[in-house]
Amino acid sequence: MARKVVITGLGATTPIGGDVPTMWKNALKGVSGAHTLEDDWVAKYELPVHFAARASNAATEVLSRVEAKRMDPSTQFAVVASREAWADAGITEVDHDRLAVAFATGIGGVWTLLDAWDTLREKGPRRVLPMTVPMLMPNGPAAAVSLDLGARAGAHTPVSACASGTEAVHMGLDLIRSGKADVVVCGGAEAAIHPMPIAAFASMQALSRRNDDPEHASRPYDLGRDGFVMGEGAGALVLEAEEHALARGARIYAELAGTSVTADAYHITAPDPQGLGATRALKAAMFDGRIQPEDVVHVNAHATSTPVGDKPEYAALKAALGKQLDSVAVSATKSQMGHLLGASGAVEAVLTVMAIYDRKAPVTINLENQDPEIPLDVVTTARDLPSGSIAALSNSFGFGGHNAVIAVRSI
Amino acid sequence: MASNEEILAGLAEIVNEETGLATEAVEMDKSFTEDLDIDSISMMTIVVNAEEKFGVRIPDEEVKNLKTVGDAVSFISNAQA
Repeated sequence: MARKVVITGLGATTPIGGDVPTMWKNALKGVSGAHTLEDDWVAKYELPVHFAARASNAATEVLSRVEAKRMDPSTQFAVVASREAWADAGITEVDHDRLAVAFATGIGGVWTLLDAWDTLREKGPRRVLPMTVPMLMPNGPAAAVSLDLGARAGAHTPVSACASGTEAVHMGLDLIRSGKADVVVCGGAEAAIHPMPIAAFASMQALSRRNDDPEHASRPYDLGRDGFVMGEGAGALVLEAEEHALARGARIYAELAGTSVTADAYHITAPDPQGLGATRALKAAMFDGRIQPEDVVHVNAHATSTPVGDKPEYAALKAALGKQLDSVAVSATKSQMGHLLGASGAVEAVLTVMAIYDRKAPVTINLENQDPEIPLDVVTTARDLPSGSIAALSNSFGFGGHNAVIAVRSI
Repeated sequence: MASNEEILAGLAEIVNEETGLATEAVEMDKSFTEDLDIDSISMMTIVVNAEEKFGVRIPDEEVKNLKTVGDAVSFISNAQA
């Protein structure tokens, strides 16, 4: 029998709240974190997209100026979210050799990299700062969290584009089950609201162009959806071996029952139209967690609001859950906070845990004309989840054909 | 051209910006590594910022000889002369 793993701490910094209580309150209310960008580079580079969902709170509200200047913005978000999760878990004593970190990013230190490139071209190599490499490296967030908490059982960085955050939670479960750690701080961070990634995502027609109405641009499952909205921030969870949590009398949010990762091996960016890879991931996560379709009452969907992405996920959910899908409350929270790329799975894991713990499904905004080809029971006003033993799933899919799913069960 | 006092004050500002140390803690006889706990990466950042601020060049091979704040002030002062 595998070691049981529970979730005892949560942290987040997002476009709809700089901490978990604020984010959760807004997620149940239904707000938009997307706004017009005021930066001069939008006009300077004639970007086709003029808006994004910025983190609602600056990292420097938590970090000191000196701490912040040695970290890429993505790492700043990671440390902010992990400090909240760690404090929330209330762990006062831990064997640091048994404490691990699995902290993901999709893109890494893109601000640092491109700022350094600008400096090199404008001022020469001498002015490229010595901290450039440790700030731009994709393991920067994991390393900073490890350093901050004294986690010495390994600091890992799964990188699988927009599935990265969920894959970090998957890795965290493995680290505890396999006996390599007793406690893992896992999560994902992203800070890529920079003109180059915006230009690149826009170039591949992935971003919404609803420049005149940013708050209504992210509209998963709606017939008017025209692309995702860039978001930024981080989510973090403290995972703990159940016996470790019970021994210290911890408050337990939920059980991390099962996880899985699969690959489509179909196309570098397009999802398998039948959602076969996603179906295998869903079934594997449920099998891993000993979860039957009838246990599942809630899904936090990947649902990015792109015309092509939302349909295969429906096909996969239908294949994995069958007729139970009619009784599943589906939330597409990217409608509120945009797409946090490598952080999205981590933030959505936090939301899924809160949904199970609070027994409430968060809101999908901007659903006005639901795509008839996606007949899901979408939550548009906060909805109570049933009492008794319940389970929820959270999906993430990333460029490269990455599929990652976590299954959370009530305690 | 700056006086030694002006160089010290400017250097203290750079150290404060990089490390958060109070400017008053940056005194002539203080060792960058022993007293001010400045690591090699921060030291290089301070050097590069000092080059820009004082309009001098501090060769990489010279940096290891700048053990105290006073060493740095002297080097910058001589380089400006």
